[in-house]
Amino acid sequence: MAELISMPKLGFDMAEGMLQEWLKKAGDAVAEGETLAIIETDKASVEVPAYRSGVLLSILVEAGTSVPIGTPIAVIGNAGEAVDLAALGQAVALTPALVGLAVKEPEPVTPAAVPQAPPEAPVEPEGGHLMASPVAVRMAGELSIDLKQVTGTGPGGRIIKRDIEVYLKEREKAPERRPAAPPMPTPSYEPTLEDYRAEPLTPMRQAIARRMVESKQQAPHFYITMEVDVAAAMALRAQLNGLSKIPAMGLPEDEKISVNDLVIKAVAIALRQFPNINASFAGNEIRVHSAVNVGIAVARETGLLTVVIRDCDKKPLAQIANEARELAGRAREGRMKPDDMVGATFTISNLGMFDVDDFIAIIVPPQAAVLAVGAARRVPVVDAGGQLAVGTRMKITISADHRVTDGAEAARFLQAVKAVLEQPLRLLM
Amino acid sequence: MARITFREAISQALREEMYRDERVFIMGEEVGTWGGTYAVTRGFLDEFGEKRVRDTPIAEGVIAGAAAGAAMAGLRPVAELMTINFAFLAMDQIVNHIAKLHYMFNGQIRCPVVIRTVGGGGRQLGASHSQTPDVVFAHFPGLKVIAPGTPADAKGLLKSAIRDEDPVFFIEHATLYQMRGEVPDDEDFLVPIGVSDVKREGKDVTIVSYSKMLQAALEAASKLAQEGIEAEVIDLRTLRPLDTRPIIESVRKTNRLVVVEEGWRAYGIGAEIASRVTELAFDYLDAPVRRVAQAEVPLPYNRRLEQMALPQTADVINAVRDVLYLK
Repeated sequence: MAELISMPKLGFDMAEGMLQEWLKKAGDAVAEGETLAIIETDKASVEVPAYRSGVLLSILVEAGTSVPIGTPIAVIGNAGEAVDLAALGQAVALTPALVGLAVKEPEPVTPAAVPQAPPEAPVEPEGGHLMASPVAVRMAGELSIDLKQVTGTGPGGRIIKRDIEVYLKEREKAPERRPAAPPMPTPSYEPTLEDYRAEPLTPMRQAIARRMVESKQQAPHFYITMEVDVAAAMALRAQLNGLSKIPAMGLPEDEKISVNDLVIKAVAIALRQFPNINASFAGNEIRVHSAVNVGIAVARETGLLTVVIRDCDKKPLAQIANEARELAGRAREGRMKPDDMVGATFTISNLGMFDVDDFIAIIVPPQAAVLAVGAARRVPVVDAGGQLAVGTRMKITISADHRVTDGAEAARFLQAVKAVLEQPLRLLM
Repeated sequence: MARITFREAISQALREEMYRDERVFIMGEEVGTWGGTYAVTRGFLDEFGEKRVRDTPIAEGVIAGAAAGAAMAGLRPVAELMTINFAFLAMDQIVNHIAKLHYMFNGQIRCPVVIRTVGGGGRQLGASHSQTPDVVFAHFPGLKVIAPGTPADAKGLLKSAIRDEDPVFFIEHATLYQMRGEVPDDEDFLVPIGVSDVKREGKDVTIVSYSKMLQAALEAASKLAQEGIEAEVIDLRTLRPLDTRPIIESVRKTNRLVVVEEGWRAYGIGAEIASRVTELAFDYLDAPVRRVAQAEVPLPYNRRLEQMALPQTADVINAVRDVLYLK
């Protein structure tokens, strides 16, 4: 049976050996005890005898090459045997023990046991196993901390209580602790504009400035506007809001479903049909996100904020309305949690309440698109029969990243949103 | 309140209980004429007479067996086994009879024996005279095992033990007899059996100990306080039944536990407490429980080697640093 011969360990602290010279070639017959090769260690040149008779089937390491101990250097077997290196890898011959050469030095004497010997060393964890002390696990759970984000300083990388505390401090200080970013380029100034009041950029303004510049510089924006007949949607909304609330639905008596809630759900349904728009450009790949998390822009005195409703495609309208209201409320009161603001895969911005007809939004990186929603208006329209009539129309404008999608796809996406809003029973799908 | 030695505390407890209850009597080697190997019963023979202060032959099996019989017949013997090392000669009487009679006779018999004995090392008495095999006796259902660490606890617990209807194995420590402490004068001052005591409050680490090692724990706590580490020290006082409630509460607060015992680590008191804490406070542990104990060797005779083998304050401090990941 063919077997591997490996670089033998010929000394106590030998780590690699150089195969100086082969005394046999591939195909030669070998007798037990006959010298196969000469190996040079940093102390001496040593002959390596064959531990069995047979035929040297294959030489794996050329003369003059240095390899670590244990590396296969040749295959020995019976005449005519095929050499299957992969299979052989499972059965390495015990060459070091059989070479029969004396170890350089005797094993060091075990030191006398110290009275308070430390406990047995813990078994080393297999790679990738997350280790954390029980109390650290409990704290992380209570504080919504992802243990994978925490650096463990205990033995073996164990996350201990102290590490959670450190992480928490960092998390709380994060806004101020971000290293002072380089100031953004200032536009060229006319020297006459001397009379002004300087307002330092708040961290929030800085963040918005940076991200919006990045978005405009890097994402090639294109824009498509579509007008939606929202009469049916408004009627459905009135109907829903007129229903006496089933307590289990969780919608308080005085709270209503808004037009924006309908838009969110319509967008979520459309994104399921057009997953390529629920995506992000990432250098050499496009990441199509599994979850549909819709961000809603909320206006605050201090600036614009986006809050995220997760899994909008899976949530019923009432739940979306609830969450949207709660998140927006929290945002206005400055009670945001970090989780509320991250993870959006698409954003909707609605300026309808400011009497805006339509507008063009800037994409929030790294998303692929943003939908700008204007006010719903009673306007003169031409009906199916060619007659002048009064209709209810709302304009939606998508800004899309041309690295991820193109005009046709974005247009069809808008059509899907429009289809849901114009036949709003589709919101139930 | 009086400030008395551990020895005086034991002596007072015996005397007070012998006055209180006629059935109480003392038996053991050298307890009478000699006044006790540790001078605990000095003067008792004159005070109480031969019937109630009985010198016995050097025969531990007889001492324990006769005490068992006397207790079964209605008396309340306080039998002394000169050292706990000799208690092995009375194992059958202690664990098979004294501990089990009440149970095996379905409650028809009570065996209210108190066996007083002395354990521990540190006086170069050699391996077979220096053991701390407390855990061996604490293993048996039916036997209460007490090991006080202060004069007040010693007095209060011995009185409770003598008044208890169940058999009690009462372990004193040879090197604690000189220790002084405040002890209430009240003749009915009792310390309840089966209740651990927080001897020092702290928030950073829990140290559990008892008997002589309590001193090492308290000393370590004192030194650690200088580094800003506040240790909570809990004195077990009773080994069986074991009161872990204050330990669990403490670990919930500190997240770390060190147990200090004079016996060997393997299968010891620390092993039992660590298990219970794992069962009852698992989610509060930030580090594995550390046990400080005697080196796994028969205790040496040589003075330096004996001290090296016994747990020292430095060992406790090291263990605390370990569980605080401060090494």
